[in-house]
Amino acid sequence: MDGIHDLGGKQGFGAVIRENAEPVFHERWESRVFGMSRLGSGGAARTLDQSRHAIERIDPGAYLTHGYYGRWLGGLENLIVEAGVLDTATITRRAVELGASATDLIAARPSSNPDRIEYEPADPGHRRPLAALPRFGIGDRIRTSPHGVPGHTRLPAYARDRRGMIVSWHAGWVFPDTNAHGHGENPQHLYTVAFEGSELWGGDAEPGVVVHLDLFEPYLEPINE
Amino acid sequence: MSDTLAPAIRAEAIESLLIEKGLITAAAVDEVIERYNDRVGPLNGARVVARAWCDPAFRRALLADATAAVAPFAFEGGQTEKLVVVENTSKLHNVVVCTLCSCYPWAMLGLPPRWYKDPAYRSRIVREPRRVLEEFGVKLSADIEVRVWDSSAEVRYLVLPERPAGTDHASEDELAACVTRDAMIGVERLL
Repeated sequence: MDGIHDLGGKQGFGAVIRENAEPVFHERWESRVFGMSRLGSGGAARTLDQSRHAIERIDPGAYLTHGYYGRWLGGLENLIVEAGVLDTATITRRAVELGASATDLIAARPSSNPDRIEYEPADPGHRRPLAALPRFGIGDRIRTSPHGVPGHTRLPAYARDRRGMIVSWHAGWVFPDTNAHGHGENPQHLYTVAFEGSELWGGDAEPGVVVHLDLFEPYLEPINE
Repeated sequence: MSDTLAPAIRAEAIESLLIEKGLITAAAVDEVIERYNDRVGPLNGARVVARAWCDPAFRRALLADATAAVAPFAFEGGQTEKLVVVENTSKLHNVVVCTLCSCYPWAMLGLPPRWYKDPAYRSRIVREPRRVLEEFGVKLSADIEVRVWDSSAEVRYLVLPERPAGTDHASEDELAACVTRDAMIGVERLL
């Protein structure tokens, strides 16, 4: 989806703000959100891809203003509500009891028609054996898909419809575009693709820059030169 | 109630409700937090870098197959199902990002710093890496190629920095102590 999360190449965010001696967590609640998410979000999270997509679907304003763990909180609540573990009204009622305002911006935007993931992972992790041979070899020139997709994908918008070169092959991996939605692990060959800065950014590109992305085979088409 | 406090209260509401439903325990959440606060961190990556500087065979193995090379360390933390180590040289500088979320080699570097997850870094480093690196204090001459690694799948990247000058007699432990998190992301040079 063309969501707020797809930040590569966006302009206007200004300087990178760093801090010295940064703690692992700045606020107690951030650590609690991290812990709850790592414990499987109350049984609501089945796959990492589903969890990533749950974050991509939160309120775009909250995505930019609530920080990293605010995004995780929105994703956690999306998953919990969509799985029927808790409902939004119950969470809001408890939050108001704890001092929240009814007009607070809530990051979660749970779907009224959520995906159902009915399968267990075939194996731990995300690598999967593939019988099909890879379509591309090292050094092959490719062009990326020109269009976005409605759901989860790992082809950033800035690298759509761009020419690159295969520089590594990583064999078969679970395909996030289907796995995030409960449509199967559908393993695909994964490649590292190198893109010249000028191919991505045209005349504005800095000289001597190469950007690498790890891209799944369905995102790629051969260039016949 | 300001928006900066709203997430804190909502998180507390969700945690209390999940606990009441018996789906999590506060102690289990505590245990996860403790693990990432105390046992996962950039020290892990620093040990690997120092070993690579001292042991040419390990360095070759690390650059060829980092996942296998670091397996004997048995680091905790996850997010390193496949690890790739990219080496800085006098003609090449590597820097790591995840523009789509904030993927990061947790078992090597701990949880990422805030700037790594913020929109400014994620948006800019793929588009104007030289300018961003200069803001970090890394000035690269035009003849040094910049390679940006946008972690868009489950492969995680770690930068092997150049060994600082004048450290020929330093021990592996002394070298590990001078390897910074930022150098292993690629936004600092140790020279």
